[in-house]
Amino acid sequence: MRKLLGVLLCTALVALFGFGTAMAENKDLKVGFVYVSPVGDAGYSYAHDLGRQAIAKLPGVTTSFVESVPEGADAERVIRNMATKHYDIIFTTSYGFMDPTLKVAKEFPNVTFMHCSGYKTAPNMSAYFGRIYQARYLAGMVAGKMTKSNILGYVAAFPIPEVIRGIDAFALGARSVNPEAKVHVVWTKTWYNFATEKEAAKSLLDIGADVITQHQDSPGAQEAAQERGVYSIGYNSDMSAAAPKAHLVSAVWNWAPFYTTVVEKVRKGEWKSDHYWWGLPEGIVGLSPYSDLVPQDVRDLVDARKAEIHDGKFKVFTGPIKDQSGKERIAAGDVATDDMLLGMTWFVEGVVGSNE
Amino acid sequence: MLGFRIAKRQEPLQWGSFFIFFAALAFSLGVSCLLLALQGKPFMHALYLLWDGAFAHGYSLEATALKTIPIFLCSLGVAVCFRMQVWNIGAEGQYALGTIGATWAVLTFPDMPAWALLPLMFVCAAFLGALWAAIPAYLRLRFDLNEIISTLMFNYIGILLLEFLVYGVWKDPASFGFPMTVIFPDSAVIGSLFGRIHWGVVVCVVVGMALSVFLKRTRLGFELMAGGENARAARYARMPYNFLVMLVMAMCGALAGWAGLIETSATLNRLQPNVVVGYGYTAIVVAWLARLRITSIALFSILLAGLRVGVENLQLELQVPAAFAGIMQGLLLIAVLAGQFFNWYEVKRIPRIDASGIAADGEGKQV
Repeated sequence: MRKLLGVLLCTALVALFGFGTAMAENKDLKVGFVYVSPVGDAGYSYAHDLGRQAIAKLPGVTTSFVESVPEGADAERVIRNMATKHYDIIFTTSYGFMDPTLKVAKEFPNVTFMHCSGYKTAPNMSAYFGRIYQARYLAGMVAGKMTKSNILGYVAAFPIPEVIRGIDAFALGARSVNPEAKVHVVWTKTWYNFATEKEAAKSLLDIGADVITQHQDSPGAQEAAQERGVYSIGYNSDMSAAAPKAHLVSAVWNWAPFYTTVVEKVRKGEWKSDHYWWGLPEGIVGLSPYSDLVPQDVRDLVDARKAEIHDGKFKVFTGPIKDQSGKERIAAGDVATDDMLLGMTWFVEGVVGSNE
Repeated sequence: MLGFRIAKRQEPLQWGSFFIFFAALAFSLGVSCLLLALQGKPFMHALYLLWDGAFAHGYSLEATALKTIPIFLCSLGVAVCFRMQVWNIGAEGQYALGTIGATWAVLTFPDMPAWALLPLMFVCAAFLGALWAAIPAYLRLRFDLNEIISTLMFNYIGILLLEFLVYGVWKDPASFGFPMTVIFPDSAVIGSLFGRIHWGVVVCVVVGMALSVFLKRTRLGFELMAGGENARAARYARMPYNFLVMLVMAMCGALAGWAGLIETSATLNRLQPNVVVGYGYTAIVVAWLARLRITSIALFSILLAGLRVGVENLQLELQVPAAFAGIMQGLLLIAVLAGQFFNWYEVKRIPRIDASGIAADGEGKQV
């Protein structure tokens, strides 16, 4: 009986809360962003910040951000500070912010929390990300076509599923057009450290890599490629400015449409806790313009595949896919489930390096 | 001819040093304001925001206090080492080893009741932290290896060891591949004292008082204070210099290890690589500023923690770049250290001498 009463009470509260949000339709919204690295002028946080700037232009929306927030205890404090200051929506954009976001979300049920790249949710907290691996696959095709040494260098950040998925997609893309290509991986265990990432890229150049790409926010790897006179493929935002003589194309984030949608949904009271995982068709990820170094036949080839992904005719992780040891992980004709992709910890065939 | 000269004070400044400290603080804030004004930010409002974010509300005080705890514990140990002129840069790695020790205890004995598990965690964290400091200490005493280099290198090794464990054998199978251990059972979590402030505060107070008593009331403590002044003199006085070096290093390692344990257990409730955020390096700044005065260490720990917390508020409200926190910390360090010069020295005006050789202002006082 008591349980039933509790359930009723909860329902009533939720209804009231829903009503409250509906009433506040024309309310001004304060939107906060928590970034793991400095915004700078390229990279992951920069891409998120372009999205922030887009929603800041919406009527009645004010935004702010805190950059270079360490994951862990510090993040919790920053997020709580925003919630205490009556921010209505808080976007936390790195996987390490997941537990802190969840903790604060429980304390502030009236605030909407959006956590990027994790898997935990709460009634007022969604998980969101984009299928950047689709863009990685396409960038991998470009790399596979352009390489002469068949050694592609990948400067990787942390051995977590998000990064591993990107490497796998890149390798699949490269080997779809060039079965001889191998992707060599080094880990820096950094999200933003220009010098370390540049050094890591050099170590790949030393073993003969002639196309370099990276996962981190700094353009260190791009510069290393340009200095050695080989090609580079950017990530996060269009990195052509960092290495104009090396840059082929970048796999880029475009957060503006997604962030605009979230803000409008919250404003209308239509927001629901969910796992959002948009992709190429929704425009959240894509390729930057090709540089002049990419010949027309390569562009045509990649654009055709892009159209197939866009129309849902092609899925990147379609079997047969073997792992590094040659064991079949995805059977012929099967398509990897989202759960499998979210927890991906193994490298596909053709990747050289340890996954730890 | 008008000139100045610098003279050593007979006695170091007593209450005047407070004035010098506040002057230095004001100076560093002044330069910060200037930098803000150059960016076109309202600098008076910025100062208010800094205060507001760090100390003005219950929740901001809580945040500052939480940040103070690990800085204070690491700083105590580093200050003791510095007093002995042992330049231990390794609190960061010792902190990392402390988190490893504590986590090992939790993962090995997850079913132990809290009254047994928590003390075991403290022992393990202190042991591994002390071990991590004792190795460079031994290398210095035995092979004359510069401890600045070795402790710094041990930081990298310690942090890599932590990552190795968390990415490997200790990884929570349910974490979707993310590097973190399982959430600790309640028996391994240092609970809340009031609000979000946990029992780590009590650890700080007890350790601070114990260290104070040790330094002032025991023979070993006295030797430690004296030994740092002059190693050779200490040897002549038959003080156990080598033992003292080992002792201060191990003490620092144990305290940094406890800081790591408290952060892991009370704040994160699990081990993950981002438990290491540079408290060991902040501790070096605090130890330099405060020397070995426990109350000063506490005050500077609070000040630096508050600065860090307050600057986040500044970022949020005024969009000041994150690097500004580092700039302010650096300014404070330079200003206060430069100011400490005046505790021991004074600037004297050299009286003007006219042709007759008599000081013009009639103040031919000898200095």
